[in-house]
Amino acid sequence: MSLKSTDLPAPAPARKLRPTRTAGRFSLPKRPAGTVYRGGEGMWSWVLHRITGVAIYFFLLVHILDTALVRVSPEAYNAVINTYKNPIMGLGELGLVAAIGFHALNGIRIILIDFWSVGTRNQRLMFWIVIALWAVLMLGFAPRHLMHVFGGE
Amino acid sequence: MSTLIVDAVEAPTQSSISDLEAGPPGSFVVTLIIRRFIPEIDEEPRWQDFDVRVLPTDRILDALHKIKWEQDGSLTFRRSCAHGICGSDAMRINGRNRLACKTLIKDLDPTQPIYVEAIKGLPLEKDLIVDMEPFFESYRQIQPFLQASGNPVRERTQSVAARERFDDTTKCILCAACTSSCPVFWTDGQYFGPAAIVNAHRFIFDDRDEAAKVRLDILNDKEGVWRCRTTFNCSEACPRGIEVTKAIQEVKQAVLRGHA
Ligand code: HEM
Ligand code: SF4
Ligand code: FES
Repeated sequence: MSLKSTDLPAPAPARKLRPTRTAGRFSLPKRPAGTVYRGGEGMWSWVLHRITGVAIYFFLLVHILDTALVRVSPEAYNAVINTYKNPIMGLGELGLVAAIGFHALNGIRIILIDFWSVGTRNQRLMFWIVIALWAVLMLGFAPRHLMHVFGGE
Repeated sequence: MSTLIVDAVEAPTQSSISDLEAGPPGSFVVTLIIRRFIPEIDEEPRWQDFDVRVLPTDRILDALHKIKWEQDGSLTFRRSCAHGICGSDAMRINGRNRLACKTLIKDLDPTQPIYVEAIKGLPLEKDLIVDMEPFFESYRQIQPFLQASGNPVRERTQSVAARERFDDTTKCILCAACTSSCPVFWTDGQYFGPAAIVNAHRFIFDDRDEAAKVRLDILNDKEGVWRCRTTFNCSEACPRGIEVTKAIQEVKQAVLRGHA
């Protein structure tokens, strides 16, 4: 067994570091956990991809259950679907479309990174193309959808 | 007698104060906020501020030296070459992994405090030092040495084009900036990590080497190349400018093909 520096006995009595006048501004743990890593487009696109992926998964779970209700009774199905027709659910649908839109477009970006020979070199550009396409998609969808939700037909 | 002793104790402090007040032309005072951890006295890491007089062309390593030599000798970090060759001093500076010896003060924002902390995902030993053993263990597992048969009487020649195939990945200095910038590695310490894959790439695509399949097998593992989620943190962190993610993708494709 080799000895590591941390195996050395603690100095006794525990020596207090003498704060010098210039150095000694001991800060209380502001962020003892460390800083958030400042990754670039690649890291944040991955964070978003995972969040949207998991969110879509849970939506799909509920969606399969409510659709399966048709097999139980059409009335029960209609009852459940009718509860979706309120503004909160309407906003939820907007979020869902936004999440699927980003996940699908960024999924294509990841596939290109995986299989296109210069995909890794262009990942940053492709990220911004994804954002642009997503913005166009949402600009087309959001106004119409919100009119349906809040305009009452 | 007693005054003499007091003088001796006070002297360094006073010199560092006057050093802060005046200094070489063009110098200024910058605050470094360093994440300290001394296992003998700290239960948890803590942040500590230091004011240091620096030149814009000084490196973070110079500022750390000044702190250690003039203000607080207990500050602990690794460095050997101080010129970006040995790979000793990767640390997280303002939220990004870099070599302290290759990061100039002027390339950060010196009007703001500069945060310095140890790289993440490896066991913290003391201050800016982590236990690199798990990192080197992954490195050893991919068999980072030439494996060729025969007993040549001369050097094994290689065409320029064949050498070019893996040129990028020969530049690695094993600093761990890439591996410890990887979100997958932070949460799954078993993942081989970018550096091991980079060094596997260096031999997998070397046409003199005969063990590419062995290494592809090793990396075709649940903790191997397939853990990579292409976040590109490694490529951005590498102080040698290696296209790390590209190398990983090339190894993934070689695994799918079954050969280099
Ligand atoms: C609309 C078409 C879709 C495309 C093009 C797509 C594409 C992708 C791709 C390429 C990945 C791999 C990410 C990586 O390697 O880092 C991925 C991950 C994932 N997808 Fe999708 N996906 C789609 C729909 C969905 C749906 C419907 C769900 C939910 C049921 C979903 C949930 C997930 C999850 C949870 C991940 C894992 C994220 C991670 O590992 O970081 N995706 N998707
Ligand atoms: S690939 Fe780059 S960042 Fe990773 S260990 Fe080698 S030199 Fe350091
Ligand atoms: S001290 Fe050797 S790489 Fe920085």
